[in-house]
Amino acid sequence: MNVVWLLLIGAAVITAVFKGTMPAVSNATFSAAGTAVELAIGLVGGMTLFLGLMRVAQDSGLVQLLARALRPVFRYLFPDVPKDHPALGAMAMNFGANILGLGDAATPFGIKAMEDLQSLNGDKETASDAMCMFVTLHSSSLQLIPVMVISLRAAAGSKNPSEIIVGTIFATLASMVVAVATSKLFARWQRRARGGAA
Amino acid sequence: MKELINAASNWIVPLLILGIPLYAFAARRIRVYESFIEGAKEGFQIGIRIIPYLVAILVAIGMFRASGAMDWLVWILQPVTSWVGFPAEALPSSLMRSLSGSAAFALSSDIFKTYGPDSFIGRLVSVIQGSTETTFYIMAVYFGAVAVRKTRYTLPASLITDLSGIVAAYIICRLLF
Repeated sequence: MNVVWLLLIGAAVITAVFKGTMPAVSNATFSAAGTAVELAIGLVGGMTLFLGLMRVAQDSGLVQLLARALRPVFRYLFPDVPKDHPALGAMAMNFGANILGLGDAATPFGIKAMEDLQSLNGDKETASDAMCMFVTLHSSSLQLIPVMVISLRAAAGSKNPSEIIVGTIFATLASMVVAVATSKLFARWQRRARGGAA
Repeated sequence: MKELINAASNWIVPLLILGIPLYAFAARRIRVYESFIEGAKEGFQIGIRIIPYLVAILVAIGMFRASGAMDWLVWILQPVTSWVGFPAEALPSSLMRSLSGSAAFALSSDIFKTYGPDSFIGRLVSVIQGSTETTFYIMAVYFGAVAVRKTRYTLPASLITDLSGIVAAYIICRLLF
């Protein structure tokens, strides 16, 4: 993360020198900082709503039911998380919401999952293997039906906006497999190198 | 199909907000209102906790975008991608996807306007956008919420996943369309 962060900023400043885009870069810093705060504050409403709903689902045993259904998968993906741990329920809710395309609901569930994983984590400043696996899986865009893309296509006058669904599902599944494989490999390498944190 | 998807996405959330408390109250005798409030308490603190993580990454991405450095990245990668037949026009929106969802969607819209959403490039861009994620944002929010600073191998693993999504999308589009 350190390297990528510096790389992004470094590339920006060096490019700006050559292209004369320094004023734009300078403006972007403050507007992006403002956007970041707006985004975080914007999350609060939905987060509060779905964290509340999540607690009701937990108290009623619905979450545990969902987690039990996914237990075989979770045991493979997150071997360090004890069965019946609340983290599994939160992750199950997060995956469910993501697959259904409910991004606004998925984020609070995912954050709850991270908090539950953090309670199992020995070193509170460093991500656990389960956290790395969980976050990496999101890069494969778990969403099965890309609602946003379909509406963009429709807006652009496509004759069949949803024809890309099948292709998207296969591409998503393929990258999901890669996400699991790379996370497992990295975890094994780092364990062998005695957990050198990068 | 499109109507069905739209209808489904409008129905799911209200049905969940009704269904879960109704089940809890009727079948399990849970005090649903108290339970909801108890869970909802944390929402605000989490939002505040995420701010430094989001500011750090979004400012870096914002500077990168504004500088036009993406043009160089495309220029460097173009020889490789054109060698396998990947259209250069689809490169900026694909690379942008991990950094910024809204910027990637704006670039995709431009492609739809220029080449048409039903062209090969249009379909390719659609599948790529649908099967990759805004990795940097996800990482900032999820790790920010638990104040984890050392993310270990998450970023490289996520970027490899994003890349595999682009490659898979290209192969699948070649086969399907």
